[in-house]
Amino acid sequence: MKDEISRDDRVANLKGMGCSRKRVEDARFTQGKGNYVDDIKLDGMLFGDFVRSPYAHARVTNIDTSAALKVPGVLAVLTAADLAPLGLHWMPTLAGDKQMVLADGKVLFQGQEVAFVVAVDRYAAADGIDAVVVDYEELPVIVDPFESQQSDVVLREDLVALDGSIPPGAHGPRKHHNHIFTWSAGDKDPTLEVIANAEVVAEASMYYHRTHPCPLETCGCVASMDKVNGKLTLWGTFQAPHAIRTVVSLISGIEEHNIRVISPDIGGGFGNKVGAYSGYVCSVVASIVTGKPVKWIEDRMDNLMTTAFARDYHMTGKIAATPEGRITGLWCHVTADHGAFDACADPSKFPAGFMNICTGSYDIPTAFLEVDGVYTNKAPGGVSYRCSFRVTEAVYFIERMIEVLAIKLNMDAAELRRINFIRKEQFPYKAALGWEYDSGDYHTAWDKALATVDYAGLRAEQAQRVADFKAGKTRKIMGIGLSFFTEIVGAGPVKNCDILGLGMFDSCEIRIHPTGSAIARLGTISQGQGHATTFAQILASEIGLPADSITIEEGDTDTAPYGLGTYGSRSTPVAGAATAMAGRKIRAKAQMIAAWLLEVHDNDVEFDVDRFVVKGSPERFKTMKEIAFAAYNQAIPGLEPGLEAVSYYDPPNMTYPFGAYVCVMDIDVDTGVTEIRRFYALDDCGTRINPMIIEGQVHGGLTEALAVALGQEIAYDKMGNVKTGTLMDFFLPTAWEVPNYETDFTVTPSPHHPIGAKGVGESPHVGGVPCFSNAVQDAFRPFGNIHTNMPHDHWRIWQMANKLGLHG
Amino acid sequence: MIPAAFDYHRPKDIAGVLALLAEHGDTARVMAGGHSLIPMMKLRMTDVQHLIDLQDVGGLSGIEIGSTSIRIGALVTQAELIDHARLAIAAPILREAALQIADPQVRYMGTIGGNVANGDPGNDMPGLMQCLNASFTLAGPDGERQVAAREFYEAAYVTARSDDEVLTAVTIPMPAGGHAYEKQKRKIGDYATAAAAVQIVNSGGTCSSAAIAMTNLSDTPVFSEAAGAALVGSSVDNAALNAAVAAMLEDIDPTEDNRGPVAFKKHAAGVILRRAIERAWSRA
Repeated sequence: MKDEISRDDRVANLKGMGCSRKRVEDARFTQGKGNYVDDIKLDGMLFGDFVRSPYAHARVTNIDTSAALKVPGVLAVLTAADLAPLGLHWMPTLAGDKQMVLADGKVLFQGQEVAFVVAVDRYAAADGIDAVVVDYEELPVIVDPFESQQSDVVLREDLVALDGSIPPGAHGPRKHHNHIFTWSAGDKDPTLEVIANAEVVAEASMYYHRTHPCPLETCGCVASMDKVNGKLTLWGTFQAPHAIRTVVSLISGIEEHNIRVISPDIGGGFGNKVGAYSGYVCSVVASIVTGKPVKWIEDRMDNLMTTAFARDYHMTGKIAATPEGRITGLWCHVTADHGAFDACADPSKFPAGFMNICTGSYDIPTAFLEVDGVYTNKAPGGVSYRCSFRVTEAVYFIERMIEVLAIKLNMDAAELRRINFIRKEQFPYKAALGWEYDSGDYHTAWDKALATVDYAGLRAEQAQRVADFKAGKTRKIMGIGLSFFTEIVGAGPVKNCDILGLGMFDSCEIRIHPTGSAIARLGTISQGQGHATTFAQILASEIGLPADSITIEEGDTDTAPYGLGTYGSRSTPVAGAATAMAGRKIRAKAQMIAAWLLEVHDNDVEFDVDRFVVKGSPERFKTMKEIAFAAYNQAIPGLEPGLEAVSYYDPPNMTYPFGAYVCVMDIDVDTGVTEIRRFYALDDCGTRINPMIIEGQVHGGLTEALAVALGQEIAYDKMGNVKTGTLMDFFLPTAWEVPNYETDFTVTPSPHHPIGAKGVGESPHVGGVPCFSNAVQDAFRPFGNIHTNMPHDHWRIWQMANKLGLHG
Repeated sequence: MIPAAFDYHRPKDIAGVLALLAEHGDTARVMAGGHSLIPMMKLRMTDVQHLIDLQDVGGLSGIEIGSTSIRIGALVTQAELIDHARLAIAAPILREAALQIADPQVRYMGTIGGNVANGDPGNDMPGLMQCLNASFTLAGPDGERQVAAREFYEAAYVTARSDDEVLTAVTIPMPAGGHAYEKQKRKIGDYATAAAAVQIVNSGGTCSSAAIAMTNLSDTPVFSEAAGAALVGSSVDNAALNAAVAAMLEDIDPTEDNRGPVAFKKHAAGVILRRAIERAWSRA
């Protein structure tokens, strides 16, 4: 048979790894044809919504639902008393704590769910909510975690023994009735000793403010209990549908095979949709009670005020160095404000997530980290907003400590980074706080970044600007923000990563159809990442069928293999690996089929793009399309018919993407207005599957980083009232506020991942936040700034300038 | 974010509107673009039992540019203000200000009548109308009356309009001289941290008249007569600018919110006004 097209064309036709294949999802998204949970409409569907607490801390002395039940269209009002006989008035959290589904005698944060009104539509439900009368008896409110650990006020009476003693929590002993856990990593005494004896020690205390992932689509679900066959179907905004199925089974007692969880199209997650919320439980109960499907959809205020927040870390650091700038030790203490219930979404053994990646990209021989988790009267959460488990906090911490040390040493911060980077030949590198970094080439990335932006030229321009400012020629100062980050993603190895006891492997199942097309199902779920595009590309390269002939399906637990879902940049590192491994199983069987068809030994054929060829005789081959058909119509001795494979992939290690970012910013010291003149982002995510999608991910992550650094916060007043409950005050950047981003890359594959990919979705957020913040702080460095907390919104920048005497 | 039940009315003329207002009193509200009122209803912060939609009422649209004044119907949208070529020549400050309101989608719906009638201190048009010395036409059971913008605003959401009246038009004396609308905001769609409207006349290097109004720095828009007076007779030099800013600061009364503390708002107001005057003067 003569080869009709060139090998290059055959490669191009596959649209495999490395090509900027257009997103197959976008045809429906750009035409308004997506199918989100609020698009689901079922016959007789009811609508449920919450009566929420106006108080941050109060006893609930009475709930009168009688008037609400008279509102036309209202069918039921559930309270904790109704859920208690089912044992569903509380539910377990992902962090080993438990939380109220509906207020059980008291409320602990503003917006807490008090009663669930079920009505024929959302209008009747809203009227019903207005008619529920709740009597509250206000209690002292604590919004400060330091005050909380000193206070006599007991937030969680359920966690204090009858004799007044404090039983241990899920993560060991507790020091106070409002204390949750102490968690540490590294060597305490050696670190203290290094710091005590160091010639140079820089210190800083920084507050990484509370913010919120704020996906465009809020959280919601539709629960439908079929009382005839006993099956529960639950559609919802779930980043981990299988885990939700298991959790629902465990807490409801419904056998897991009778539960089908479906994540339809999801409009962004960013960690907000990992946990389990009261709305899910109440919708399921309401469907069981009424026998009808029940929908619950948050509005924007509900989402911002009550579903999982991110950050709220008070971090104190000491960094020791030689006078030449060689870092010798790092100490970090965190007071973590977890709100009213510990509902952080972290692997079970990591109550502070992967905060112990806080030695960053630097070869720091000695380090110690200690984290104290604390209860306050704020909403629960503590999710990884576009990052892997607290990595954003860790990277912000170290990238600020580097800047603070540079100030102490009177040294250039870029040079300080360079002399402390882990060197290429040190990988795999065992960090002082326990992790083993898989691969990296930091110096190459850093040099490329600094050369591209003409770093020396920028510093010269900045010096001139400082002189002009001091001479009264300008009121604008200039900042150069640097950040070099190392992420830790792809959770994770089952030996140390689980959620509620479920190992954090992931999965892929592939079926090749006789005509040479395929469907692959995964345990993950895209929320905008473009899985249907990229996973097909991985498979195309692995099995030699065009990506356009491969359907990717996720999110239906009745059809998809078990997996732990999508968050923490784990889809490519874990499910992507499973996909490649399942593809290789397909290929192994295809090789046997090809050899049989070509009448040669299995070892005499080799894979080439889209076919197996006889070694040394490239004109003798069988295409994967031909092999697929043969799998279904040939009786091949010793081989089962069909061509299918499944892989459950337990990653041997995490992956460690890294990057070098530079931001150039002008700041008006009178108005506090910032202008980003340039933003350069070099990412190394290992093997690149789809450069266009990577670029999109980088743009999105940087935009969320800009938001967090420059103004996005969940702020409370002293009474525990949320001050930023709408998008008027909660900063969600639009195209207007977003600068032009320049993206760049190096490629350092992961040595342990089947295709060398490391994950990229969260890197730009992790690296971007310190870069924007460092730009602001660097602008004020010549005027005496050492550290100032984010968010750097207009008035706080004005305040920085004011404190430094720049207003005359 | 679900409003309480209300009755929806869609009268065909002003008489129909007035009849509904007379019948339902303060339980009724007229709606033009709805971009202030509907969010308030969704938040259940405003109890509206009868919503009177003005969109079918004749005579409320159109921009008429006369020789001495400009008349703008209450239903003219911000987008129409921006797109009107002759208005951009006659009163360019309207276009400059409207472009700084919200985003294009909102500007297609939001109207000048709703913006000035609602009495929201965050809205941009009220201060601008005070700067331009506009007057508002109010139609009521006893016919029409004119109220000066500078007399219209009493407190947040409280205006000289009675419950049985509807604002039908805005009339602006033909502006003269240079103009500027300067606004600091946190992001697109936000109310001003501070905003200043300035219209100024240059007579041979000397300022012969100046009108200055500030937005979102008090519970009403602030027309600062003293700030304008501080410029008149000067060459708008640094001393005059300082005097104008100082006079303006006497007239505003900002409160702390998420945009910042009072000290910052006063500082920003001063900077914004100074820039507005400088830009207006450069065009005068």
